[in-house]
Amino acid sequence: MLRRLHHDQPDSFAFTPDNLTWAEAQITKYPEGRQASAVIPLLWRAQEQEGWLSRPAIEYVADMLGMDYIRALEVATFYFMFQLSPVGAVAHVQVCGTTPCMLCGSENLVAVCREKIAASPHEISADGKLSWEEVECLGACANAPMAQIGKDYYEDLTAESLAHILDELVAGRVPVPGPQAGRYASEPASGLTSLRDHEAGRAPHNASVARALDLGDTVKRIDGSEVPVTAPWLGKGSAPSGKADAPPPKRAATAPAAGPAVPESGTGTKPALLERPREGGADDLKQIKGVGPKLEKLLNENGIYHLDQVAGWSADEVAWADENLVGFKGRASRDDWVGQARKLTRGE
Amino acid sequence: MLKDQDRIFTNLYGMHDRTLKGAMARGAWDGTGDIIKKGRDWIVQEMKDSGLRGRGGAGFPTGLKWSFMPKESDGRPAYLVVNADESEPGTCKDREIMRHDPHTLIEGCLIASFAMNAHACYIYIRGEYIREREALQAAIDEAYAAGLLGRNAAKSGWDFDLYLHHGAGAYICGEETALLESLEGKKGMPRMKPPFPAMAGVYGCPTTVNNVESIAVAPTILRRGASWFAGFGRPNNFGTKIFAVSGHVNTPCVVEEEMSIPFKELIDRHCGGVRGGWDNLKAVIPGGSSVPVVPGAAMRDGIMDFDWLMEQKSGLGTAAVIVMDQSTDIVKAIWRLAKFYKHESCGQCTPCREGTGWMMRVMERLVNGEAEIEEIDMLFDVSKQVEGHTICALGDAAAWPIQGLIRHFRGEIEDRIKARKTGGVSAVAAE
Repeated sequence: MLRRLHHDQPDSFAFTPDNLTWAEAQITKYPEGRQASAVIPLLWRAQEQEGWLSRPAIEYVADMLGMDYIRALEVATFYFMFQLSPVGAVAHVQVCGTTPCMLCGSENLVAVCREKIAASPHEISADGKLSWEEVECLGACANAPMAQIGKDYYEDLTAESLAHILDELVAGRVPVPGPQAGRYASEPASGLTSLRDHEAGRAPHNASVARALDLGDTVKRIDGSEVPVTAPWLGKGSAPSGKADAPPPKRAATAPAAGPAVPESGTGTKPALLERPREGGADDLKQIKGVGPKLEKLLNENGIYHLDQVAGWSADEVAWADENLVGFKGRASRDDWVGQARKLTRGE
Repeated sequence: MLKDQDRIFTNLYGMHDRTLKGAMARGAWDGTGDIIKKGRDWIVQEMKDSGLRGRGGAGFPTGLKWSFMPKESDGRPAYLVVNADESEPGTCKDREIMRHDPHTLIEGCLIASFAMNAHACYIYIRGEYIREREALQAAIDEAYAAGLLGRNAAKSGWDFDLYLHHGAGAYICGEETALLESLEGKKGMPRMKPPFPAMAGVYGCPTTVNNVESIAVAPTILRRGASWFAGFGRPNNFGTKIFAVSGHVNTPCVVEEEMSIPFKELIDRHCGGVRGGWDNLKAVIPGGSSVPVVPGAAMRDGIMDFDWLMEQKSGLGTAAVIVMDQSTDIVKAIWRLAKFYKHESCGQCTPCREGTGWMMRVMERLVNGEAEIEEIDMLFDVSKQVEGHTICALGDAAAWPIQGLIRHFRGEIEDRIKARKTGGVSAVAAE
């Protein structure tokens, strides 16, 4: 299927500060030099922030990950969840049309979308609020037919219930997602045939619906403030503060607290920088584990050419580097550049 | 019938406490450290003895797969990658594990990783499962906070990190090497094998890719013993299995049952029978879209396991049972699968890229009867040219449903073509 970038592109893209913090935490999931692994999650978050995936967003993510633009572009065009053109302002409706849903009436749902939203898929409704497409199996076949609206699954749909949901969305309300015909999750509709013990004391909603309700407005674009960023792997077992227990505080703890502290903007002291490398040429800064070609170039541009420069940094100067190396926030302290550089200068 | 106390996923519907505390009350994380201290060889042998066959579709013995990983590291780290890219049409079982019983999976990841010398594991969940991803991440965070993951995970002496990664809507990423490509941040195009992932997988390191359910059943098997697990099902098909039943049954559902359960019992007990009664059963796709359709008459006495369905020239696949009653336009149902495969072909191999589109277009004409009788044979031939001539099994998966249709419902296709020629209407089109 031919997928091209939209003809009308915005001028620029940048993550919101919270999304940037989130994105930087994601990158730490992958081994050094393998940051490109984070491309799908980051592109998806960029899409969530804006509603669709623009060329500046793809290039921004590529820059963050040190990828060639073409590598990020081919990922963006390969995966069908990436919307390469604008979608409805309120929500994009994805009706599952594959055989299990088709057997249960998904064609009727598509007809509702054609009637209430737009005649053809990916076309935005006259009021600009909705758009739709038929997608392939979404993996909720025992609750067929179903549709994904925004981030949520609406299951056990009928033409009537989908029409009602669309009306609600247009009216500015967000209907409760999940099974729409009285079921809890994927148990038999006529009553449990197994696992009856906990039916009585059950929570009001299944896990997916409960999360959607906890977050409130679920068709809203993600700006990163919804849930605290957690990166427990950085803490090797210790819990990042402000997480885990009961309802997580909104916005309270956005930094990956267990990791090295990410200083506030403007903190740190600028280290001594050079206009050009000393005689004999620049050191290979890539010897520092965690520094790749892209980061080395950035360091050079900032006036850092030699290992001994890095080796001499004070804590404040590390904080400056953490803050000011765009796209590599927090990396100087996380990877202990100073310690590494000291060892390297000593020839260890 | 399987008793509740013999079910592994005791919170499949999420009605019990879904937090770590609730999971522990149901028996999860009980003596995990002690299991690990019994050693790698014991775990792998126990898994082999249990007879567990991979739950992702191919049915490869899980213990054997684990034993392929290098015993000693050559300096490269080893990885476990969990395939949670559940996209096979009809399949919706892993979703229930991840959102409602996530600790079975997390504990399984720790034990399986230890058994394969891996200090890190990636779970690759399909992109559309956004809430499921959040639920699973919350459970992972809980496990870290409780010291069950991270350094000296669950006091086992093993350092272990578990990362949740997601895709973005490509069915092909359920193929293990495409999944690894995708995990590395590339297009999901399958790799040539060999080298097999156990030699060179993600980041060029030894890797094992397992389905969610295969990993999530491991802790219970090790706690209760291989012989307990092997007490269910026929030989070579041991264990319990999550079935996902969709389509024309009265109450579609996801349910854990014994392997080798008679098809009729599965449907009658949990799904309220076939819509309109058993005589109304037309056909069943017993294991997800990639396995050939089986006529209803054969399925009435069917046994739901790998071997019996193999004898029917079909397969258990992911145990995603798609039931179709007499009102179904079976040609159209299979055409829709052909459309699915055309949409999801990654485009790397010519027979698949071109063949899936070609087969879909012919199927489209067959739905309306706008074809010649000879074209049925031609379609069968072309499907044979796609099958087995591609890097991954997507080409096979696209061919099999069509072959199954022609094998069992050729008469219906011919009737439609003849009706069209004589200007009449075929029986199905008239409904």
